[in-house]
Amino acid sequence: MGAANASVVVRDVSLNFGTVEVLKSLNLEVHKGEFIVLLGPSGCGKSTLLNCIAGLLEVTDGQIFIEGRNVTWEQPKDRGIGMVFQSYALYPQMSVEGNLSFGLKNARLPKDEIARRVKRAAEILQIEPLLQRKPSALSGGQRQRVAIGRALVRDVDVFLFDEPLSNLDAKLRNELRIEIKRLHSRLDNTMIYVTHDQIEAMTLADRIAVMRGGIIQQLDAPHAIYARPVNRFVAGFIGSPGMNFLEGAIDSAAGEPVFVAGDSRIPLRNYRFENGGGVGRKAALGVRPEHVAIGDMAAAMPFSTEAEIEIVEPMGSDTLAWTTLGGQNLSMRIDSEKAPRRGDRLRIGFDPGRASVFDAQSDQRL
Amino acid sequence: MSNTAALNMTAAAVDPVAQELAGPRGPRPRRRLSRRNIFLYGTLIVVALYYLLPLYVMIVTSLKGMPEIRLGNIFSPPVEITFEPWVKAWAEACTGLNCEGLSRGFWNSVQITVPSVILSIAIASVNGYALANWRFKGADAFFTILIFGAFIPYQVMLYPIVIILREIGLYGTLWGLVIVHSIFGMPILTLLFRNYFTSLPEELFKAARVDGAGFWAIYFRIMLPMSLPIFVVAIIIQITGIWNDFLFGVVYTKPDTYPMTVQLNNIVNSVQGVKEYNVNMAATLITGLVPLIVYFVSGKLFVRGIAAGAVKG
Repeated sequence: MGAANASVVVRDVSLNFGTVEVLKSLNLEVHKGEFIVLLGPSGCGKSTLLNCIAGLLEVTDGQIFIEGRNVTWEQPKDRGIGMVFQSYALYPQMSVEGNLSFGLKNARLPKDEIARRVKRAAEILQIEPLLQRKPSALSGGQRQRVAIGRALVRDVDVFLFDEPLSNLDAKLRNELRIEIKRLHSRLDNTMIYVTHDQIEAMTLADRIAVMRGGIIQQLDAPHAIYARPVNRFVAGFIGSPGMNFLEGAIDSAAGEPVFVAGDSRIPLRNYRFENGGGVGRKAALGVRPEHVAIGDMAAAMPFSTEAEIEIVEPMGSDTLAWTTLGGQNLSMRIDSEKAPRRGDRLRIGFDPGRASVFDAQSDQRL
Repeated sequence: MSNTAALNMTAAAVDPVAQELAGPRGPRPRRRLSRRNIFLYGTLIVVALYYLLPLYVMIVTSLKGMPEIRLGNIFSPPVEITFEPWVKAWAEACTGLNCEGLSRGFWNSVQITVPSVILSIAIASVNGYALANWRFKGADAFFTILIFGAFIPYQVMLYPIVIILREIGLYGTLWGLVIVHSIFGMPILTLLFRNYFTSLPEELFKAARVDGAGFWAIYFRIMLPMSLPIFVVAIIIQITGIWNDFLFGVVYTKPDTYPMTVQLNNIVNSVQGVKEYNVNMAATLITGLVPLIVYFVSGKLFVRGIAAGAVKG
């Protein structure tokens, strides 16, 4: 059954659509009050997993527990969940109040209880003035608020969000993101949140589950996923602009491991190997653009070299500059105030201790 | 002429901004009587005339007396307008032994059409909803069989259905015909409703399930209120189809339960006495009036419903 404080437990869940395996014997344990984000590219099975937890899809194999109860065969309404959808999915012919109370009426709750819960949800989400309106008379942000309210009135332990902010414009998305975070700290419910947006994932999650091909690649706190990705897919998926990968091999010099990429030799003295170095092994060194320093800062790094700037991409607050290292492209993120120009020669450097080394064959972290 | 050109040129040389301001601006002017328009409207008018001419002849003839018709000029408008043929067609024309006109057939047709339309749409909409949203086991096979039914020629099934109706004691009754119409409307209507319900956002259905609504609650509270356009389409298809039906009407009913179309045929094709063209025309117009009115009243809704299947819900 898992730990005593587990809220949602997914055990060995598989799901096939015909011959296509969407989820492959997947395990996930969510603690009480935890905010878990399922993150991954489209088609990775994250929404499918959420639908399985909600009971909207029947699993091919495995079990699902919610609040210690085996709900594998139960109807969505009996699982103690509330769900928020990407397209809001508000009932167009009902007023906001009708939308909020529909589920409660189906559960045959007494009238005053329904009124009390609708009032509370409307207060929390600040949609009281909208209660008599139809969804078509609401803006996107208001609609999503009502959709969250519909989950809220159900008074459940687990909230499921299926890309709730993807249909909103960038500004609204930021606003509602904060609001969801505020909601979580106020309610302390368990929340499972599906998104393909890594900013949402990083900002909201207590833990992130990065998924690909129906398998959870890594389940960890946002910073751990950012700093110590377990494989090359996670490393490339998290972080924007994306991580640089230098192809090369591990060598040793004077008893210390060294990464060799073309004519560059990068010392790995302070790199923490997890699965052993292995001299002579082909590998890829992952360096985040924001960890590459220039000028005096670079000289102080364990590894530094002279490089020529080839392309400059200004992005507002930062500038992305491209150069080559050991014959391979390397990008670096530089404060726009200190941005170099195309053709500048300057000293660049980074700390290999903050980099990631991946096996060239298995793509796993070394 | 050359003077003004020269002037313009100097002006342009002096002030290029002014020249730019005087240049083309806003929508390009279009001539109303362009060659394209003449062809377009010409074709439309010719085609419209071609289709409307028979209708014109019918209306004009139905308003003439027999002596005027005998003059043989079918396109000329009536000299003396008379509504007697209409009255006769409705209340006095003879079919076989009785002479009560089309009125009896009209009421028969109403009694056949109304329950058939309600029954077939009620069943087909639930069918379509179940097929679109509740992916039950064997749904695809069921759907395929149903659609296949639409391609079987009616003639093949005429006699077996006669036997079935006889065995259950409904042969020759209005209810027998109602059942036949409901069954034969099923494939196309189910397809229509299934496609419409499939086009509605799936998340709406999921949200309703999380909210604890069951099969019927989702159908009545969520799906039905969103489906007015497709219901209008289905109603129009069924009313016109069943009202205009002749084959089933003539096979499965008896003379006193004949629908209007069968009775019309009997009036027009009766061989005794003089052929009363004006009465025949009036009878035909009366029979065609119901579908015509349905089209005119619901024209806009019909187009919207047809288009609704193509756009998102």
